Amino acid sequence: MQLFKPLLLLLLLYSGLVAASPLTELAHADPADRAGLITQWTVQADGPRRQAVAALEEGRLFTSADGNHVLLQGTDGKLSDVDNGQPVAGDAASLDALPVNNSVRSALEAFHAAGDLADPDRSKRLSAIQALQDSANPGLLPLLLSRQQQEQDSQVRQALHMASARLQLASPDAAQRLSAIHTLADSADPATLSLLAPLTVAASEPEASVRAAASQAMADIKSSQWRYNMLGYAFSGISLGSVLLLAALGLAITYGLLGVINMAHGEMLMIGAYASYVVQNLFRSWWPGAFDAYLLAALPVAFAVTFVIGMALERLIIRHLYGRPLETLLATWGISLMLIQAVRMLFGAQNVEVANPSWLSGGWEITPALTLPYNRLAIIAFVAGVLVLTWLLLNKTRLGLFVRAVTQNRRMADSVGVPTGKVDMLAFGLGSGIAGLGGVALSQIGNVGPELGQGYIVDSFMVVVLGGVGQLAGTVTGAMGLGIVNKILEPSLGAVLGKILILGFIILFIQKRPQGLFALKGRVLD
Amino acid sequence: MTQRNIHTNHQGNHMASTRRTFLKSAPLVLAAAGLMSMPAFAADTIKVGVLHSLSGTMAISETSLKDMALFAIDQINAKGGVLGKKLEPVVVDPASNWPLFAEKARQLLSKDKVAVTFGCWTSVSRKSVLPVYEELNGLLFYPVQYEGEEMSPNVFYTGAAPNQQAIPAVEYLMSKEGGGAKRFFLLGTDYVYPRTTNKILRAFLHSKGVKDEDIQEMYTPFGHSDYQTIVGNIKKFAAGGKTAVISTINGDSNVPFYKELGNQGLKATDVPVVAFSVGEEELKGIDTKPLVGHLAAWNYFMSVKNPVNSKWIADYRAWAKKKGLANADKLVTNDPMEATYVGINMWAEAVKKAGTTDVAAVTKAMAGIKFAAPSGFTLEIDPKNHHLHKPVMIGEIQPNGQFSVVWKTKTPIRAQPWSPFIPGNDKKPDTPVKSK
Repeated sequence: MQLFKPLLLLLLLYSGLVAASPLTELAHADPADRAGLITQWTVQADGPRRQAVAALEEGRLFTSADGNHVLLQGTDGKLSDVDNGQPVAGDAASLDALPVNNSVRSALEAFHAAGDLADPDRSKRLSAIQALQDSANPGLLPLLLSRQQQEQDSQVRQALHMASARLQLASPDAAQRLSAIHTLADSADPATLSLLAPLTVAASEPEASVRAAASQAMADIKSSQWRYNMLGYAFSGISLGSVLLLAALGLAITYGLLGVINMAHGEMLMIGAYASYVVQNLFRSWWPGAFDAYLLAALPVAFAVTFVIGMALERLIIRHLYGRPLETLLATWGISLMLIQAVRMLFGAQNVEVANPSWLSGGWEITPALTLPYNRLAIIAFVAGVLVLTWLLLNKTRLGLFVRAVTQNRRMADSVGVPTGKVDMLAFGLGSGIAGLGGVALSQIGNVGPELGQGYIVDSFMVVVLGGVGQLAGTVTGAMGLGIVNKILEPSLGAVLGKILILGFIILFIQKRPQGLFALKGRVLD
Repeated sequence: MTQRNIHTNHQGNHMASTRRTFLKSAPLVLAAAGLMSMPAFAADTIKVGVLHSLSGTMAISETSLKDMALFAIDQINAKGGVLGKKLEPVVVDPASNWPLFAEKARQLLSKDKVAVTFGCWTSVSRKSVLPVYEELNGLLFYPVQYEGEEMSPNVFYTGAAPNQQAIPAVEYLMSKEGGGAKRFFLLGTDYVYPRTTNKILRAFLHSKGVKDEDIQEMYTPFGHSDYQTIVGNIKKFAAGGKTAVISTINGDSNVPFYKELGNQGLKATDVPVVAFSVGEEELKGIDTKPLVGHLAAWNYFMSVKNPVNSKWIADYRAWAKKKGLANADKLVTNDPMEATYVGINMWAEAVKKAGTTDVAAVTKAMAGIKFAAPSGFTLEIDPKNHHLHKPVMIGEIQPNGQFSVVWKTKTPIRAQPWSPFIPGNDKKPDTPVKSK
């Protein structure tokens, strides 16, 4: 009898395994195999399997305190042993749920996607196909092919065609592999490259014609990837350029008009960003329903605050230092330190959190390799708007006329009756106000802290000096040029070396052409 | 630059002195400071230094460590203090400015005469204060995971060495469970910790048969905020096969990095990002819904379920509420905070055991001190190498900003500060030696 005992136990265990319900099977699977099990079930999902998967997904399966059993939490919150259904005392809150890791999560996604293939909602069908092709489950091929027959929408049918072609790459039939390769050659997804790569080597692909087709397809995909890459670089270059432009536009006005090296310009950006933080908090506590609109409300607030601060600075300090660049530089630097410290005392030294409204989160997926984030797109559009307004203001209004007159010849303008003092003050306020608007935009892509402006001041001066003093077109060209060159250099050289190189380039350029890209034409320049 | 340092000295009555005047008239100032800190209550308190950046790029991570240190000190004081004396915290702000760390450390040791310091996050700040602690024979507890390659008799390392964090994390990513990554994108902030860690990881990956063309390394400066092209590059690199990103980005750069990941739709099921310096605190204020599944490797997560942890979190929040900290009910805890808490308690135990705060005696008493930590394990200081034995946990980001543990070791692991993956380390002694 002693001898039989282990045998008996084994037999019992075996019968237990045979009769294993999907729930026990899933619960006792090795963590590394759980994803594979769900993938297997994707093609033959039935009631009990769905329930088992749902229990895992909803975090209702727990490891018991001793670690030997798996407990299921019922809808009533009570725990029971998955093996025998016996109720177990205990509190689920103190137990660890069976982990749902990335591999399980993508298996789950595919599991649900299989059911969504016939969903009436077109976008749901498309995302289901995406999830299924990522899971690379060969068992899905018949399902995908049969859906392809029934599908009416041409775009969805194309996606199904692509997804099944991926699976057909593993087909034993060479002709099928070949046609799959031809289908995939049009793919914009860089992931196809790694699928095709094994088909180009003799060790894994016996047919020479298939190998040739795979190499050709890879070359096609690479060349289309190259185009998208260039598009990506151009976009991120323009995006960085527009950020630089926002930071530098105000400086171009104050530096160009007054010749004041305003070291406190970065702090105007910072104050603009803090203004959006304050507006955000007001919306959060008083008007949570319209939270997504807070950013629009922040724009006039930021402009008004920085406009007033800018005018005050000009009136109280900078006015007394005209014609003394070194003193102005030191005084504005001192002001910048004071402003930083003031913000520190008001809001604390730590970064504050400025949330993205929901319409600025996420991105526009052009291809799987290239997504344009909404916040970057919005900033580019915003910069364009600010630029147009500034241009109109400078070229179509009386104030603009005065500003341009003072820039070109201060004394002459003075003698024909332009109130240069008032123009100076307004122009300084305008420059600061534009920086404040820039701060609102910067709060959406970076951190908002007291030292925010310090990171932009050097770049802003680079843009203005490169573009040429007092010229809007120069500033735009300078900013875009710096942004794009920076983004082209960054991937190969790294962010640090790229910056150094650009700085070196600008120094050389200024040696050759001290007036910058666009020089102001006038008879007298002071 | 001295305008930028806020002086938050809790003692309050010290002479504020800049470095230059301090150095010029060092003996005089020392005598004066000594006289000033002597009177009345100086005799019945033990001064404890807290050296964390409360402003600048690292403030996002280090401010909570300062709060945790103050909480632990208050807790010890509530139980009667140490050796019949209360602990008195001296908080200074080195402002994420590395030379300033050394300056503040010198101030803590020579002017405030602290018995011990809890501080530093980045390795560059630790390297900056190390000569000061060795010269003046101070005692520093360093609570953050780091690259190893150091073992000073004046420092106790309560964070993880590479074999307690980085290496197990990469092993997990390569396993079937972790997705079976074959290519690795190593992305970090440009300073000693990421560079050394990546050097170790590269050697480790070579030992696992990963070739150089399947590894890409990239660095960004502190405070970098434009991750567009880098995320684009990750996507491109991932086209070559199953890829994982190993991020050693430190400080507030993590916020734009994770925002960019979310906005560009880089999903964890396709390309998982495992971070070594991102915890619950750094994710605060980021929308984590698009980030679900990205990983972090630590030795503690706030979501760990055990009675010690729940009590610790509850006590900390109650303390914060009493102190009037903002959002006290929603404060999170993380790994370096746990390491700070464990370090302070272990130090207090060692002082009790030694019967004095003398550095040599406390160092000797530290060997073998045990503490039931919030991670659910009883941690122990190694009798030889000044490091903590720690369990390793790997967590995935959840929609609520917490991590769910998907893998952990069964027992704490002994630290290997001298990584076997760096040539020549096998000849280094397993006991602390002054760096010189």
